[in-house]
Amino acid sequence: MAAGQQSSLPPLDVTRAPEGGEVGAVQSGWRLALREFVRNRLAVVGFGILLFFLVFCFLGPLFYHGDVLQVSLINAHDPPGAGHPLGTDENGFDVLGELMKGGQAALEIGFFAAFVAITIGALVGAVAGLAGGIVDTVLMRVVDIFLSVPFLFVVLILAVRYGATVLSLSLVIGGFSWQVPARLVRGEVLTIRERDFVLAARTAGAGRWRLIRRHLLPNSLGVMIVNVTFQVADAILAVAYVGFLGFGLHYPNLDWGDMISDGIGYIEDGYWWLIYPVGVCIVLTVMALNFIGDALRDSLDVRLRRR
Amino acid sequence: MTAYLLRRLGTSIIVLIGISIFIFLLLHAIFPSPARVELGLRANQAQVNAWNLQHGFDRPVIEQYLSYINGLLHGNLGYSYADNQTVAALFAERLARSIYLSGISLLFAILIALPLGIFQAVKRNSLGDNVATSAAFILYSMPSFFLGIILIQVFAISFPIFSFEASQSTSIWVVMGDWNAMFLPILTLTLLTVANFSRYMRSSSIDVLAQDYIKVARAKGLPERLVLMRHMVRNASLPMITLIGLFLPALLAGNLIVETLFNYQGLGLLFYNSLSKEDYPVLLAYTLIGAVFVVLGNLVADIALTVADPRIRLA
Repeated sequence: MAAGQQSSLPPLDVTRAPEGGEVGAVQSGWRLALREFVRNRLAVVGFGILLFFLVFCFLGPLFYHGDVLQVSLINAHDPPGAGHPLGTDENGFDVLGELMKGGQAALEIGFFAAFVAITIGALVGAVAGLAGGIVDTVLMRVVDIFLSVPFLFVVLILAVRYGATVLSLSLVIGGFSWQVPARLVRGEVLTIRERDFVLAARTAGAGRWRLIRRHLLPNSLGVMIVNVTFQVADAILAVAYVGFLGFGLHYPNLDWGDMISDGIGYIEDGYWWLIYPVGVCIVLTVMALNFIGDALRDSLDVRLRRR
Repeated sequence: MTAYLLRRLGTSIIVLIGISIFIFLLLHAIFPSPARVELGLRANQAQVNAWNLQHGFDRPVIEQYLSYINGLLHGNLGYSYADNQTVAALFAERLARSIYLSGISLLFAILIALPLGIFQAVKRNSLGDNVATSAAFILYSMPSFFLGIILIQVFAISFPIFSFEASQSTSIWVVMGDWNAMFLPILTLTLLTVANFSRYMRSSSIDVLAQDYIKVARAKGLPERLVLMRHMVRNASLPMITLIGLFLPALLAGNLIVETLFNYQGLGLLFYNSLSKEDYPVLLAYTLIGAVFVVLGNLVADIALTVADPRIRLA
């Protein structure tokens, strides 16, 4: 060692206590889940697509005024061109405007139906899981009965009678989609109710509803969020099917399925803009939701439990 | 195992009774009586009441339900006033066609999805696997009618190879022989089913590949081909049994959307036409039978799985 060279080590300071390991900041389960979610590229793409559709359908009409209300037969079946980026349909309505309007209906029904399904399902599942015994058995048989109902048939029959509005379609679709969330929430509740904090709450005198509201349901949120995402995707597909068969929303409202069923009459005439843009929109929206759901399932179901 | 099967059977019967009550009540609430359909919209209330009295639609709901179930068990599915035939006759003339369409699509789907799933697991994360997974993902995010439309556009209009309408023949043998007309509907259904099946086949094959007995088989020196055929196929196909059981209701209830799109005179198209005509007896019989087949399908899937997988039996 050359003289004058400083030692690179800090001077030994015996007054300081030896360092234990640094305690890392505790990350909440939600933060961890979010980080995991963001790392999944497909999920981010899906989220972006969903965001795009939300903006496109709800904010789009503020900037782009495509006429979907006034019939203008002289403009019927115009191919994409000046003034009509996606052409016009048989009534002279602008297809791009129709896409936005149909998208509003699809997204509204999708989210509302999912909300109805998860509300009913979570309540049934929580009550069944918590009560146990005969209540549980009866409720699960009811779930089995509803699961055996052929979904599309019953939805169509109800839609024929009551179907022509966003609200009724959402109720009909949601009213037959709650069985799976009920089962999932029941499973979660069966696990959670054995935990110590539930026992503590019970000992402190918490009643059944307080337990459900404050402890059981919040801890089942992971499972519920994943399921809700897939419910929205399924509801949007259901609306497309019902609309395609002609039992969905009617003028002056419209939905995507309705647009396709009007469009296929002209498939031989080559009016592709009546069919494919709508179809691609449906596929993209459902795909985006499926991406998000898959990623949420990967990130939420494990992380929240670690908390 | 017998105890399990008996319990399953018991549950299924309870569910069947429950679902028949539910669907009957639901449809009765929506369409209380076909009187309006038969008598026309101009009939006055007295005529409607007389008709109801004559045909038993004014009885209490319980009585109507019980007599309907009684008729059902004796083969009487009701009478379609809109079409002037018994419902059973309407079903009978379309049953064979629907079974053919769904059955052949199911067969092709199994024949394709089984090896595809195994291939995807063996060549995991390769280009082929990723392409297949992406294709499956797109296919099951797609409404079935859109796939049908794309296929029609490509194979029947842009390149007129096949017919865009399914065979309209009333003879099932002509339908079975008419590949030009039936190819597109069968292709649509097969692709959608493969997309669903291959997901499960892929994940179950991946699970099986990780098992110890595969390692042992390879360590013994068994050629890879035999490892796959003797050990993998059997074990990886177990979820397929459940899937086929769940597919049973679609088999007989008709593939509503595809039949409507391709104008194929099957049970699905019958349902669609009855919806438009509000032909309540047909709708009731249809939904009930659909529900029965869902329950039956689940039961068959459970039983078949128990038979095929000794681990469940002995558990």
